[in-house]
Amino acid sequence: MKRTDRDKEQSRRVITRRALGLGALQLAVTGTLLWRLRDMQLEQADAFRLLAEENRINLRLLPPTRGPIHDRNGVLLAGNEQNYRVVMTRDDAGDIDLVLDRLQRLIGLEDEMVERAREDMLRNRPFVPVTVAERLSWEEISRVAANAPALPGVTPEMGLSRAYPLMADMAHVVGYVGPVSDRDLAREESPDPVLMIPRFQIGKSGVEREVEARLRGKAGSQRVEVNSVGRVMRELDRIEGEPGETLHLTIDARLQNYALERLAGQSAAAVVIDIPTGDILASASAPSYDANMFVRGISRTNYNALLENDFRPLVNKCVQGMYPPGSTFKMVTALAALDAAETDGRERVYCPGHMDVSGNRFHCWKRSGHGQMDLVSALSESCDVYFYEMSQRCGIDRINAMAERLGLGERYDLPMTSVASGLNPSREWKTRTRDAAWRIGDTVNVSIGQGYVLTTPLQLAIMTARLASNRAVLPRLLRDPLERAIPQAASLDLRPEWLEMVRRGMVQTVNDRRGTAYSSRVVEPTMAMAGKTGTSQVFRITQAERDAGIRRQEDLPWNRRNHALFVNYAPIDNPRVAVAVIVEHGGGGSTAAAPIGRDILLAALNEGRPPLGAYPTSQRNRINAEQEALKDRLRDLGSFRVSRA
Amino acid sequence: MSYLEYNTQRMPKGMAKVLYMNWPLVVLLIAVACYGFVMLYSVAAGNARPWMEPQMQRFGVGLVVMLVVAMVPIWFWRSVSGLAYGLTTILLLGVEFFGSVGMGAQRWLEIGPLRLQPSELAKITTIMALAAYFDWVDIKKISRPVFVLGAAVIVLLPVFLVVRQPDLGTALLIAAAGGAVIFAAGVHWGYFAGVIGSFVGLVVAVFTSRGTDWQLLKDYQYRRIDAFLDPTLDPLGAGYHINQAMIALGSGGWSGRGFMEGTQSRLNFLPEKQTDFIFTTLAEEFGFIGAGSLLVLYVMILGFCLVTVLRTSNRFAALLAVGVTANFFLYFAVNTAMVMGLAPVVGVPLPLVSYGGSAMLVLMGGFGLLQSAHIHRPRLPT
Repeated sequence: MKRTDRDKEQSRRVITRRALGLGALQLAVTGTLLWRLRDMQLEQADAFRLLAEENRINLRLLPPTRGPIHDRNGVLLAGNEQNYRVVMTRDDAGDIDLVLDRLQRLIGLEDEMVERAREDMLRNRPFVPVTVAERLSWEEISRVAANAPALPGVTPEMGLSRAYPLMADMAHVVGYVGPVSDRDLAREESPDPVLMIPRFQIGKSGVEREVEARLRGKAGSQRVEVNSVGRVMRELDRIEGEPGETLHLTIDARLQNYALERLAGQSAAAVVIDIPTGDILASASAPSYDANMFVRGISRTNYNALLENDFRPLVNKCVQGMYPPGSTFKMVTALAALDAAETDGRERVYCPGHMDVSGNRFHCWKRSGHGQMDLVSALSESCDVYFYEMSQRCGIDRINAMAERLGLGERYDLPMTSVASGLNPSREWKTRTRDAAWRIGDTVNVSIGQGYVLTTPLQLAIMTARLASNRAVLPRLLRDPLERAIPQAASLDLRPEWLEMVRRGMVQTVNDRRGTAYSSRVVEPTMAMAGKTGTSQVFRITQAERDAGIRRQEDLPWNRRNHALFVNYAPIDNPRVAVAVIVEHGGGGSTAAAPIGRDILLAALNEGRPPLGAYPTSQRNRINAEQEALKDRLRDLGSFRVSRA
Repeated sequence: MSYLEYNTQRMPKGMAKVLYMNWPLVVLLIAVACYGFVMLYSVAAGNARPWMEPQMQRFGVGLVVMLVVAMVPIWFWRSVSGLAYGLTTILLLGVEFFGSVGMGAQRWLEIGPLRLQPSELAKITTIMALAAYFDWVDIKKISRPVFVLGAAVIVLLPVFLVVRQPDLGTALLIAAAGGAVIFAAGVHWGYFAGVIGSFVGLVVAVFTSRGTDWQLLKDYQYRRIDAFLDPTLDPLGAGYHINQAMIALGSGGWSGRGFMEGTQSRLNFLPEKQTDFIFTTLAEEFGFIGAGSLLVLYVMILGFCLVTVLRTSNRFAALLAVGVTANFFLYFAVNTAMVMGLAPVVGVPLPLVSYGGSAMLVLMGGFGLLQSAHIHRPRLPT
């Protein structure tokens, strides 16, 4: 259509006006945008900058190196081992099945491990490294490294993991570490964030658990730049943490090794105390287990085998095991009677083989009776009737007090798991727990270490150390290698002449021809030994069994046989070492426990190995054969020594 | 209109036309495209590939397209407007039935080796059709309802088809650019007041009805609207991207964090950093100086487009230029408003800067039409 000029003019005017209007609107909107940009970039820049930094910077904890544990001579008991492992990242691997298959053929992995790695990789985000195999040998890791081009996404890595070079020797004392559990977290008041690090390990038992705080160290931190999916791009800076403390135990690893091997094959325990200091030189509980199994993740089969073993390898019998002390308790009764001035010790008591107390007949172990007995001979020949008599004279209260003075019934503050207090019975205890009055028969039973009284091997060793030194020796497990002199323990204030009499009884037990442990005597004068045997009944022999003629221990099932105990110290004139040995259901103390106690004591006095010259000539051939048989099983600790303490 | 109203004697001819182009505009377009090249190099962590190099090639092709379109007389474009509009409508229908799905929506049409995005094409052809329509309608009768309805149909047909794809962002852009042309043509402002008024009324009704018994939408629909309007409500879900974009933008400060030093984009916190969110990377790395200067360049482009509009007395050419300008303005305004958290997230690229071929070519084609209008403007006899 043809337009008039007027139309055209009007069209142009309208368009100009409206186009300018639209232009102004556009300018206004752009101005608003520019204002918004100014507001965000100039006014709020700092806030946004902060958010951007929070986005990109990630704080990571660096696990501290756990402190090593040494024995008293610088032998490594617990350390950190280089652990070669292979990790794989799905992102870089491409075809994970192919790479895993190659890896499996290269280092011979189990199907189960490969399957688990595959699942882990598919579950995690693609850039997360997954551990395929751990604890590889140097040779295996080299093979992986050499074949790197064929294994995309696979990296050989090195980490630290806890290792116990002495395997089973120290398992009960040092304990072991394991992954942090919810219960571990609950135990800490304000859990260290380091515990949240995956695969971080925490002490689960023994020293590892009880001294966790000092061993753990302080975590370091690392600031890394991460991208939007959390992959680390680079490290910005790092603060190194503090490694855990090095702990020095009082244990002598060489002696510990000997003690454990000497106990091998039995369910038994031995504790060796250094009398002047209270240092625990050895604390052996047999059988033991390899703590490394727990660090690596123990299989259910192996764990069940440990749980179901009759000899209870998981229990530290030295401090957890509570046993009736049997005749080893007689020193307590003797001192209680002397303390109460109920006897002067020289007074003789006639033993007809039994004693009737309020209508019950209490037998002496020697049915035919010991005849006239004074305190020394009653100890060395272990006459029960003498102590039945003495206990009735002085009463349970004094026996209880003397037992306490000698360290029985006390729960020692040691960095060990489940330290038991034993049971030092009293009238008050019986009314409280049994709701029954104390009877004279109870006292008579306690007088020979039967009945209610229960002790741990550690307590018996401490008791022996106290008898030998007249000091309130306290056990120690940790020592400071820099310490000069240990303050002497407080005096027990027992009258020297009484102690002298009790000690003479112990000396004669071993050295008198009629003593119960005469066959375990020591002929080397510098190692002259005193001791006391004990045989404690686990089950009362029933009348029916007596009638059936069961008299010999060997005829009873293992778990109903008597416990065999032996406590000893040496040298007589200047006591240095005290030992307590218990062989569970071992039969008689003089036959089952005393030879072990002697060997361990001699080993303690002679750098961990008993000298053949200390044994009576008549026994040397047999002892020599025994020692030769044991030799191969003993560990050479030279290679485990890290420093001379 | 016919070409007779032009003083053909004074019309530049042949290659001489090149001299009569709107040259400042060309220079500004190249300058803006260079911002794009720099940013695409940066977001690829200092690599020409995969984005900067193809983008340069496309921009080169775009310049050629602009030049070729500009050389063709504007009356030719007027005469093919209806045809182009019809063809676009057919292509849009083709997308409806044979389109392939990309990014969760049907947008592409594959014809042999060619991949077409008809909705991009629709932006220009709708404007062309409207301009031709208003050139045809008698100026005195322009505000009559029947003619306004005709214009509305021209706009709403492609809008409806694009919404169906579904591509709400592009549909809104087409509608708004169309609205600008209708407005510029001189349609009575009462119509616009009515449309805007009823839209506002609807929004108010929807929101006031919330929580009453006559609630217009379902609860979950309201929650979606909430997240759409205020992404910060849902920082890990839908709002994550917009929040990260705002962090990137704000953290740039006055002079930015430095070329290729933007942590938000380098560490992948930004979504689609080479396309819709490229403005945030620019703002992060070059700060207010970089982002603000780009906005100023855009405003200058608008200004030189306006020069073309004002200098031509040809109705079709002027309306077409208004449409092309409005379209360009809507592109960058919606995109920057979106990344600054002022507008909901809709898929609109930053013109000439974002990586992408279709949008770039259509945009340059549009500027070609504008250049053609500039070159072939009626000149008064001297």
